[in-house]
Amino acid sequence: MIDQPAPLATSPFNTSSPARLPKFRCRNVQAYYGKTRVLHGIDVDIPDQSVTALIGPSGCGKSTFLRVFNRMNDTIPNARVTGHVEMDGIDIYSDQIDPTVLRARVGMVFQKPNPFPKSIYDNVAYGPRIHGLADYAGELDDIVEHSLRRAALWDEVKDRLGEPGTSLSNGQQQRLVIARAIAIRPEVILMDEPASSLDPIATARLEQLIDELKQNYCILIVTHSMAQAARVSEHTGFFYQGALVEYGETNQIFTNPVDQRTQDYITGRTG
Amino acid sequence: MPMLLGGVYLFLIVMAFVFARTLAIMRFYVPGLGAETRPHSVPNFHAYFAAWTAGFFMLLMLALYRLFFAAVGSVTIPLILMALITALTCLMSFKLTQREFKARDYVEGFVQFALFLCSGVVILITFGIILSLLFESLRFFEKIPLTDFLTGLEWSPQIPIREDQIGEAGSFGVVPVLLGTGLITVFAMLIAVPIGLFIAIYLSEYAGRRRRRVIKPVIEILAGIPSVVYGFFALLTIGPMVQTGMAALGFDITAQSVVAVSIVMGVMIIPYISSLSDDVMSGVPQILRDGSYALGATPSETVKKIILPAAFPGLMAASLLGVSRALGETMIVALAASKAANLTFNPFEAVTTVTVQIVTLLTGDQELDSAKTLAAYALGLILFILTLLLNIIAISIVRGYNAKFHR
Repeated sequence: MIDQPAPLATSPFNTSSPARLPKFRCRNVQAYYGKTRVLHGIDVDIPDQSVTALIGPSGCGKSTFLRVFNRMNDTIPNARVTGHVEMDGIDIYSDQIDPTVLRARVGMVFQKPNPFPKSIYDNVAYGPRIHGLADYAGELDDIVEHSLRRAALWDEVKDRLGEPGTSLSNGQQQRLVIARAIAIRPEVILMDEPASSLDPIATARLEQLIDELKQNYCILIVTHSMAQAARVSEHTGFFYQGALVEYGETNQIFTNPVDQRTQDYITGRTG
Repeated sequence: MPMLLGGVYLFLIVMAFVFARTLAIMRFYVPGLGAETRPHSVPNFHAYFAAWTAGFFMLLMLALYRLFFAAVGSVTIPLILMALITALTCLMSFKLTQREFKARDYVEGFVQFALFLCSGVVILITFGIILSLLFESLRFFEKIPLTDFLTGLEWSPQIPIREDQIGEAGSFGVVPVLLGTGLITVFAMLIAVPIGLFIAIYLSEYAGRRRRRVIKPVIEILAGIPSVVYGFFALLTIGPMVQTGMAALGFDITAQSVVAVSIVMGVMIIPYISSLSDDVMSGVPQILRDGSYALGATPSETVKKIILPAAFPGLMAASLLGVSRALGETMIVALAASKAANLTFNPFEAVTTVTVQIVTLLTGDQELDSAKTLAAYALGLILFILTLLLNIIAISIVRGYNAKFHR
């Protein structure tokens, strides 16, 4: 279902070039945990092949919003998402969408590196095996190598693919899970504070990787570090108490914010 | 008499406590003295120190007195000695209760010592039991050679009717007994492990919080049923049921068949395995689950490829614990299995188990050093060694796995 051509791309009313089309369109997105509303009607368009940063104080709903895009909120008991979310013009919350198929197109990297207790090879091969991506003998090897190269980890691990993924350093583990996400050829990569457990050197390496990946992927990154948001992203959204207070080009948000709350947050007066 | 001694003992401890506490308060809290003269330990610690000292030495004295002068049997002498020790303690307390005395540190030491003593007692008891098993077994092996015991294919401990009866030493070949135990255990585990594991998977990965809250306690009720109830259930219901079922198929089998006993024993073990496995699987970090779901895996793929491998050592330990329960289970087999040894692999025949034989050997009036009675120790020793081996295997599996993936 999700593999249909995006209707909006062929719409006669749409005059802009396909590349400029937003990857995601969110209209009035609300999220609830039980009876508590944690997202209060978010309207935003997320561009493709660029990095969009979501910033805001703890508990503002930015991580919940990130998990809207791969329907990971479905796995939390009592969590509910309403409103309209389109990916390439298709409603990803429609009944016809299988969340497991959606998640194969929208990869995710978590706050803490979470390699599976398996070998480095098996970690990367996990997704391709599940989705049956390797057609001929040796293709799985190629996918693993390509993904590890793409995640800038190949040279460090090529001689020890059989060792457990957990034996790598924190920074390497985070690049391993990025390779694992890339291996299923997603279009989008969601990153939930990916650098929060990394030291400055590993963080710099990760940011460099994000910069390379945005050529091919739509990347959304939740971060607590405003410097990081400023460095890696083209667009930034500022969340405050479950609302998207301000969204725009990163440059503008950090130099000339419109909303007073954004101004207070980026100058360190709140949050 | 012990009541009197115990009462006096407690009373004297309280006396020492009150004495030291009063003394400390009187000495330390003189009106007009400033904060710089504050004592190292507050009065209560001086009191505890005195109480511990008195209590310890009185106990030591009582033990020594019983050991060396048990024949005297007097109560007056211990009472006098106890009073004397208390008096000495008070005297010591009179000297020691000073601002600089580190009563608090000593009390800490006492507490540590007392806690250590408790674990030490358990270790001693364990060794005592093992040694007694070992020595009584050795006496048995003086009468019946170890090789005959371990390789003999016939088990029929003969019951002496008169003391002077000669001949007929009985045969003590343990093989059919062990085989019976093994057969029942294997079939019980064939029921308990899969069902227990599936329950645990359902509870930890699929059942919502609400269903889990209902199902888990119900399963744990199963664990609370006394095994003797399972026993007569096996004897009166399942045994005859299997028998009539097989009769309908044209087979004539006994009501004490391995299958019947194993079904009931398996059901008894299910809650142990499901409960432990559920704990183990719930303990697998949530971020591993999230990682798998985020890659587009379904719940069953996640269970199969992530949860079960990650929880494997714990699941293995849970199963081996189930096995040792099955090996040592007594009531079900005592009621529902055969008393006569039978060398067979057929699950529709009746067999006996190690525990059943121990019960049979020791019920009724027995001579303490007949081969028949001593055989119970040898059987107990074998059971103990088997369970010990299982535990060692379980631990080494867990260790080997941890060394590989959790560093």
